[in-house]
Amino acid sequence: MSLKRNVSLATGLRYRGQGPMLTFVLHRIGGLGMAIFITMHILASFLGGQIGVFLNTVYEHWLFQIFIFFCVLFHAINGLRISIIDLFPKLLVHQREAIWVEWAVFIPLFVIAVFVIISTAGG
Amino acid sequence: MATTKPRTLPLPKRGLNFEMFMWLFTRLSALGMYALILFAIIGALVMGARNQMNLADVMRWGFMPSNTHVQSTDVPDLAPWATPFWRLTASALLLLAVAHGVHGLVVIADDYIDTARGRLIVRYISIVMMISMSLIGLYVLWTS
Repeated sequence: MSLKRNVSLATGLRYRGQGPMLTFVLHRIGGLGMAIFITMHILASFLGGQIGVFLNTVYEHWLFQIFIFFCVLFHAINGLRISIIDLFPKLLVHQREAIWVEWAVFIPLFVIAVFVIISTAGG
Repeated sequence: MATTKPRTLPLPKRGLNFEMFMWLFTRLSALGMYALILFAIIGALVMGARNQMNLADVMRWGFMPSNTHVQSTDVPDLAPWATPFWRLTASALLLLAVAHGVHGLVVIADDYIDTARGRLIVRYISIVMMISMSLIGLYVLWTS
Protein backbone atom coordinates (compact mmCIF):
# COMPACT_ATOMS: atom_id res chain seq x y z
CA MET A 1 0.00 0.00 0.00
CA SER A 2 1.44 3.31 -1.00
CA LEU A 3 1.42 6.48 1.02
CA LYS A 4 -1.29 9.00 0.18
CA ARG A 5 0.04 12.53 0.20
CA ASN A 6 -2.27 15.46 -0.41
CA VAL A 7 0.46 18.06 -0.79
CA SER A 8 2.54 18.73 -3.86
CA LEU A 9 6.29 19.25 -3.76
CA ALA A 10 5.79 22.99 -4.42
CA THR A 11 3.52 23.23 -1.36
CA GLY A 12 6.05 21.29 0.66
CA LEU A 13 8.81 23.73 -0.30
CA ARG A 14 6.62 26.68 0.63
CA TYR A 15 5.91 25.23 4.08
CA ARG A 16 7.18 27.64 6.69
CA GLY A 17 8.00 25.61 9.76
CA GLN A 18 10.47 28.26 10.95
CA GLY A 19 13.12 27.44 13.57
CA PRO A 20 12.26 23.83 14.40
CA MET A 21 11.76 22.99 10.71
CA LEU A 22 15.14 24.52 9.88
CA THR A 23 16.87 22.39 12.51
CA PHE A 24 15.05 19.32 11.17
CA VAL A 25 16.26 19.98 7.60
CA LEU A 26 19.81 20.81 8.69
CA HIS A 27 19.89 17.71 10.91
CA ARG A 28 19.05 15.59 7.86
CA ILE A 29 21.58 17.34 5.63
CA GLY A 30 24.21 16.98 8.35
CA GLY A 31 23.43 13.31 8.89
CA LEU A 32 23.54 12.55 5.17
CA GLY A 33 26.77 14.51 4.74
CA MET A 34 28.43 12.63 7.58
CA ALA A 35 27.18 9.24 6.38
CA ILE A 36 28.67 9.88 2.92
CA PHE A 37 31.92 11.29 4.33
CA ILE A 38 32.48 8.48 6.83
CA THR A 39 31.68 5.81 4.23
CA MET A 40 34.18 7.43 1.84
CA HIS A 41 36.74 7.78 4.62
CA ILE A 42 36.49 4.14 5.74
CA LEU A 43 36.63 2.89 2.14
CA ALA A 44 39.62 5.14 1.38
CA SER A 45 41.62 3.74 4.29
CA PHE A 46 40.53 0.20 3.37
CA LEU A 47 41.33 0.42 -0.36
CA GLY A 48 44.44 2.62 -0.17
CA GLY A 49 46.34 3.13 -3.42
CA GLN A 50 45.24 5.68 -5.98
CA ILE A 51 41.58 5.70 -5.00
CA GLY A 52 42.55 6.27 -1.38
CA VAL A 53 44.85 9.15 -2.28
CA PHE A 54 42.17 10.72 -4.48
CA LEU A 55 39.54 10.50 -1.72
CA ASN A 56 42.07 11.95 0.73
CA THR A 57 42.62 15.00 -1.49
CA VAL A 58 38.85 15.53 -1.63
CA TYR A 59 38.28 15.60 2.09
CA GLU A 60 41.45 17.47 2.90
CA HIS A 61 40.23 20.42 0.81
CA TRP A 62 39.30 23.40 2.99
CA LEU A 63 35.85 23.81 1.40
CA PHE A 64 35.00 20.20 2.18
CA GLN A 65 36.33 20.63 5.72
CA ILE A 66 34.04 23.61 6.32
CA PHE A 67 31.09 21.62 4.98
CA ILE A 68 31.82 18.51 7.03
CA PHE A 69 32.49 20.52 10.17
CA PHE A 70 29.11 22.20 9.72
CA CYS A 71 27.50 18.75 9.40
CA VAL A 72 29.26 17.29 12.44
CA LEU A 73 28.86 20.28 14.76
CA PHE A 74 25.24 20.97 13.91
CA HIS A 75 24.26 17.29 14.03
CA ALA A 76 26.03 16.86 17.37
CA ILE A 77 24.50 19.93 19.05
CA ASN A 78 21.04 19.44 17.59
CA GLY A 79 21.18 15.73 18.36
CA LEU A 80 21.98 16.49 21.98
CA ARG A 81 18.92 18.76 22.17
CA ILE A 82 16.72 16.08 20.59
CA SER A 83 18.05 13.39 22.93
CA ILE A 84 17.55 15.48 26.06
CA ILE A 85 14.06 16.65 25.10
CA ASP A 86 12.92 13.20 23.93
CA LEU A 87 14.24 11.39 26.99
CA PHE A 88 12.69 14.02 29.31
CA PRO A 89 9.42 14.89 27.51
CA LYS A 90 8.43 17.44 30.16
CA LEU A 91 11.11 19.74 28.75
CA LEU A 92 9.28 19.89 25.41
CA VAL A 93 7.63 23.18 26.41
CA HIS A 94 11.07 24.79 26.31
CA GLN A 95 11.86 23.61 22.78
CA ARG A 96 11.96 27.07 21.15
CA GLU A 97 14.31 28.38 23.83
CA ALA A 98 16.40 25.22 23.47
CA ILE A 99 16.80 25.98 19.77
CA TRP A 100 17.98 29.51 20.55
CA VAL A 101 20.53 28.11 23.01
CA GLU A 102 21.59 25.68 20.33
CA TRP A 103 22.33 28.49 17.86
CA ALA A 104 24.10 30.46 20.58
CA VAL A 105 26.44 27.49 21.05
CA PHE A 106 26.73 26.59 17.39
CA ILE A 107 27.44 29.97 15.76
CA PRO A 108 30.51 31.02 17.83
CA LEU A 109 32.10 27.54 17.62
CA PHE A 110 31.47 27.31 13.88
CA VAL A 111 32.70 30.82 13.09
CA ILE A 112 35.92 30.30 15.05
CA ALA A 113 36.52 26.94 13.36
CA VAL A 114 35.87 28.38 9.89
CA PHE A 115 38.30 31.19 10.66
CA VAL A 116 40.94 28.66 11.73
CA ILE A 117 40.34 26.41 8.70
CA ILE A 118 40.59 29.31 6.24
CA SER A 119 43.66 30.84 7.89
CA THR A 120 45.35 27.41 7.89
CA ALA A 121 44.46 26.85 4.23
CA GLY A 122 45.71 30.32 3.34
CA GLY A 123 49.05 29.52 4.99
CA MET B 1 -16.04 20.88 27.84
CA ALA B 2 -14.36 17.67 28.75
CA THR B 3 -10.62 17.69 29.03
CA THR B 4 -8.97 16.01 26.07
CA LYS B 5 -7.26 12.79 26.89
CA PRO B 6 -3.65 12.34 25.82
CA ARG B 7 -3.61 10.45 22.55
CA THR B 8 -0.40 8.57 23.24
CA LEU B 9 -0.66 5.28 25.06
CA PRO B 10 1.58 4.63 28.06
CA LEU B 11 4.61 2.53 27.26
CA PRO B 12 3.40 -0.78 28.82
CA LYS B 13 0.28 -0.71 26.60
CA ARG B 14 2.16 0.35 23.50
CA GLY B 15 4.80 -2.34 23.82
CA LEU B 16 8.33 -2.08 22.56
CA ASN B 17 8.29 -2.85 18.85
CA PHE B 18 11.28 -2.59 16.51
CA GLU B 19 10.63 1.03 15.50
CA MET B 20 10.27 2.12 19.11
CA PHE B 21 13.43 0.25 19.99
CA MET B 22 15.39 1.92 17.19
CA TRP B 23 13.96 5.33 18.15
CA LEU B 24 15.33 4.79 21.66
CA PHE B 25 18.59 3.33 20.32
CA THR B 26 19.18 6.42 18.18
CA ARG B 27 18.97 8.69 21.26
CA LEU B 28 20.99 6.44 23.53
CA SER B 29 23.69 5.77 20.94
CA ALA B 30 24.03 9.54 20.44
CA LEU B 31 24.69 9.93 24.17
CA GLY B 32 27.01 6.90 24.05
CA MET B 33 29.03 8.46 21.23
CA TYR B 34 29.30 11.69 23.20
CA ALA B 35 30.64 9.69 26.16
CA LEU B 36 33.14 7.73 24.04
CA ILE B 37 34.43 10.87 22.29
CA LEU B 38 34.88 12.63 25.64
CA PHE B 39 36.58 9.51 26.99
CA ALA B 40 39.00 9.42 24.02
CA ILE B 41 39.83 13.12 24.39
CA ILE B 42 40.52 12.70 28.11
CA GLY B 43 42.65 9.66 27.29
CA ALA B 44 44.65 11.70 24.76
CA LEU B 45 45.27 14.41 27.35
CA VAL B 46 46.40 11.79 29.88
CA MET B 47 48.83 10.38 27.29
CA GLY B 48 50.46 13.78 26.87
CA ALA B 49 48.52 15.28 23.96
CA ARG B 50 48.72 18.69 25.64
CA ASN B 51 52.32 19.15 24.51
CA GLN B 52 52.37 17.08 21.32
CA MET B 53 49.10 17.70 19.49
CA ASN B 54 47.11 20.75 18.43
CA LEU B 55 43.37 21.01 19.02
CA ALA B 56 42.46 19.76 15.54
CA ASP B 57 44.59 16.64 16.06
CA VAL B 58 42.98 15.97 19.43
CA MET B 59 39.53 16.30 17.82
CA ARG B 60 40.57 13.93 15.03
CA TRP B 61 41.66 11.38 17.64
CA GLY B 62 38.49 12.03 19.64
CA PHE B 63 36.13 11.30 16.78
CA MET B 64 37.86 8.01 16.03
CA PRO B 65 40.62 6.92 18.45
CA SER B 66 42.63 5.04 15.83
CA ASN B 67 46.44 5.26 15.80
CA THR B 68 46.44 6.31 12.12
CA HIS B 69 44.82 9.54 13.27
CA VAL B 70 47.91 10.55 15.29
CA GLN B 71 50.57 9.64 12.71
CA SER B 72 51.08 13.20 11.44
CA THR B 73 51.49 14.76 14.91
CA ASP B 74 54.48 15.33 17.19
CA VAL B 75 53.69 12.23 19.24
CA PRO B 76 57.06 10.42 19.47
CA ASP B 77 55.81 6.87 20.10
CA LEU B 78 52.58 5.55 18.57
CA ALA B 79 52.59 2.33 20.62
CA PRO B 80 50.47 3.58 23.56
CA TRP B 81 47.92 4.89 21.05
CA ALA B 82 47.61 1.52 19.28
CA THR B 83 46.84 -0.70 22.27
CA PRO B 84 43.94 -3.19 22.22
CA PHE B 85 42.27 -0.92 24.77
CA TRP B 86 42.04 1.98 22.30
CA ARG B 87 41.20 -0.36 19.42
CA LEU B 88 38.27 -1.66 21.48
CA THR B 89 37.17 1.90 22.26
CA ALA B 90 37.40 2.76 18.56
CA SER B 91 35.50 -0.41 17.65
CA ALA B 92 32.70 0.48 20.06
CA LEU B 93 32.50 3.97 18.58
CA LEU B 94 32.53 2.57 15.04
CA LEU B 95 29.75 0.05 15.68
CA LEU B 96 27.57 2.65 17.42
CA ALA B 97 28.18 5.17 14.64
CA VAL B 98 27.46 2.73 11.80
CA ALA B 99 24.25 1.47 13.41
CA HIS B 100 23.12 5.02 14.24
CA GLY B 101 24.02 6.29 10.77
CA VAL B 102 22.54 3.48 8.70
CA HIS B 103 19.30 3.60 10.67
CA GLY B 104 19.25 7.36 10.09
CA LEU B 105 19.56 6.78 6.34
CA VAL B 106 16.66 4.31 6.50
CA VAL B 107 14.52 6.87 8.35
CA ILE B 108 15.28 9.49 5.69
CA ALA B 109 14.64 7.04 2.83
CA ASP B 110 11.32 5.97 4.38
CA ASP B 111 10.14 9.57 4.16
CA TYR B 112 10.68 9.81 0.43
CA ILE B 113 9.83 6.32 -0.85
CA ASP B 114 6.15 5.83 -1.63
CA THR B 115 5.80 2.08 -1.92
CA ALA B 116 6.01 -0.52 0.82
CA ARG B 117 8.06 -2.69 -1.55
CA GLY B 118 10.58 0.12 -2.04
CA ARG B 119 10.92 0.60 1.71
CA LEU B 120 11.45 -3.13 2.17
CA ILE B 121 14.21 -3.13 -0.47
CA VAL B 122 15.88 -0.19 1.31
CA ARG B 123 15.78 -2.15 4.58
CA TYR B 124 17.57 -5.11 3.00
CA ILE B 125 20.17 -2.83 1.40
CA SER B 126 20.68 -1.11 4.75
CA ILE B 127 21.27 -4.42 6.55
CA VAL B 128 23.90 -5.41 3.96
CA MET B 129 25.49 -1.95 4.19
CA MET B 130 25.51 -1.96 7.99
CA ILE B 131 27.20 -5.35 8.23
CA SER B 132 29.72 -4.68 5.45
CA MET B 133 30.71 -1.22 6.70
CA SER B 134 31.10 -2.57 10.26
CA LEU B 135 33.34 -5.39 9.08
CA ILE B 136 35.43 -3.15 6.79
CA GLY B 137 35.79 -0.59 9.60
CA LEU B 138 36.82 -3.24 12.14
CA TYR B 139 39.35 -4.65 9.65
CA VAL B 140 40.88 -1.20 9.15
CA LEU B 141 40.98 -0.49 12.89
CA TRP B 142 42.59 -3.77 13.90
CA THR B 143 45.14 -4.02 11.06
CA SER B 144 46.38 -0.42 11.04
